[in-house]
Amino acid sequence: MSAYNFAYLDEQTKRMIRRALLKGIAIPGYQVPFASREMPMPYGWGTGGVQVTAACLTPEDRLKVIDQGADDTTNAVSIRKFFETTAGVETTERTRAATVIQTRHRIPEEPLGEDQILVYQVPIPEPLRFLEPRETETRRMHALEEYGLMHVKLYEDIARHGAIATSYAYPVKVEGRYVMDPSPIPKFDNPKLESAAIQLFGAGREQRIYAIPPHTRVVSLDFEDHPFVASKADHACDLCGADHSYLDEVIVDDAGGRMFVCSDTDFCATRQAEGHRGRLSPEAAE
Amino acid sequence: MTPLLSVRDIAKFYGPRVGCEGVGFDLYPGEVMGIVGESGSGKSTLLNVLAGHLPADRGEVLFDTRAEGLKDTLAMSESERRMLARTDWAFVHQNPRDGLRMGVSAGGNVGERLMAVGARHYGEIRGTALDWLDRVEIEAGRIDDRPRAFSGGMQQRLQIARNLVTGPRLVFMDEPTGGLDVSVQARLLDMLRGLVREMGLSVLIVTHDLAVVRLLADRLMVMKSGRVVEAGLTDQVLDDPQHPYTQLLVSSVLQV
Ligand SMILES: Nc1ncnc2c1ncn2[C@@H]1O[C@H](COP(=O)(O)OP(=O)(O)OP(=O)(O)O)[C@@H](O)[C@H]1O
Ligand SMILES: [Mg+2]
Repeated sequence: MSAYNFAYLDEQTKRMIRRALLKGIAIPGYQVPFASREMPMPYGWGTGGVQVTAACLTPEDRLKVIDQGADDTTNAVSIRKFFETTAGVETTERTRAATVIQTRHRIPEEPLGEDQILVYQVPIPEPLRFLEPRETETRRMHALEEYGLMHVKLYEDIARHGAIATSYAYPVKVEGRYVMDPSPIPKFDNPKLESAAIQLFGAGREQRIYAIPPHTRVVSLDFEDHPFVASKADHACDLCGADHSYLDEVIVDDAGGRMFVCSDTDFCATRQAEGHRGRLSPEAAE
Repeated sequence: MTPLLSVRDIAKFYGPRVGCEGVGFDLYPGEVMGIVGESGSGKSTLLNVLAGHLPADRGEVLFDTRAEGLKDTLAMSESERRMLARTDWAFVHQNPRDGLRMGVSAGGNVGERLMAVGARHYGEIRGTALDWLDRVEIEAGRIDDRPRAFSGGMQQRLQIARNLVTGPRLVFMDEPTGGLDVSVQARLLDMLRGLVREMGLSVLIVTHDLAVVRLLADRLMVMKSGRVVEAGLTDQVLDDPQHPYTQLLVSSVLQV
């Protein structure tokens, strides 16, 4: 264990990342370039998020890692183990108990507080890339606040599908200035981007960091006649009965049987422990 | 009357080579100015410098802005110039691929400038796009098709619609009928002439085609080796060319 510096990265690298983070906090939604380091895991496994987490962690922190809302997926388990080994910090699955939460593809259901940091793993930080592949041009568009193209994308969605079909990585405008890709969270989570917690975004392969400071205004882009809707499956959780949480659809047998369960496993387990029941809870099924 | 555009002593060099030099003229509201000259004479260079696509090495390009009157666009901030470029100005490229988003539907292409200046009502944007497709004779049923599926002439008409949708005052065109079949050219020209008159557009149009000039241009500038060698009312220049080069140009066309 002592072969590693605390949280794997050397102190100089962490300082470099912290400078990028501070710049990101100072300019909400602005993509700050940083010198991403090789991490002992492949890109796509959250190397950007891991570096941000490493730069934020202190020995007193309690870390939670989730992937698609779950603490027990391979990706979440391996990142949690990585920091248990390299930083020796306490880990937890409880959202409320965590001081730092690294996430891929979800925001926890439970509102976060001012003493918490949420770190996102980001694959593609540039929201304009779909329609404008040239980086020189997208940078200029951000600099000059030329965001018409973002609405062209939404226009195309409606023209093709009759409604804004973008359901993940739904673009937002941060504090009335920068348009930002919130990483591939479901658009159901977009309203939670206005939070009391510090939100940090790390893209390893693309070498970008950006941030949303606490209580920042975050508006999902839309049209007046096609307003943004934070939609989700029209069901309640079959295990805890929650009707206001984001659900995963799970196939339960080979006869087409399916159930809907909270994607946020801690949220669901906590509700069940409090006595909430869903359609397919063991007690209810008996 | 205040000119819409006042160009003064413009020069642009490519290293030691002259792109264009010593060019100056005034363009008044509603006027169409043709720019002709042999290949390599500096027509595209001049147009791109005036439109802010290429940095000038010398000179001023004064535009009668809505807010502040005549203002040197070369000295403006980039954001101000780009704002002009998507509101009061339009640029029609010879190759529609350079002026269209090939991966975006026809409706999206026409709607982009509206959205760029703040339109946020899908139904209204689509309505305006439909109206413009009709004006450039593209069937309403093609609104969701991508330009890839269009013929060259349709692509060019779509590029024109996309440019004119915000009601610009000044339109730059670099050989808008180049590369099209003769019959397609004729139809496009006819349409362009109608739009220019209806909208009272001021136009700077570069062309090789004296037929285009006769049909569209009120005035004519003839370029050679980066300089303007003759300028005047179109009919005067074509019927009584003074400069030997212009005489050659006119007679060579007549011989065809
Ligand atoms: N990017 C460039 N780099 C160097 N020289 C250039 C460049 N573009 C144009 N030139 C030169 O500048 C001169 C003017 O070229 P320009 O393209 O403006 O001519 P043009 O009148 O538009 O010709 P054409 O009718 O063939 O389109 C030519 O000598 C040309 O070779
Ligand atoms: Mg040219």
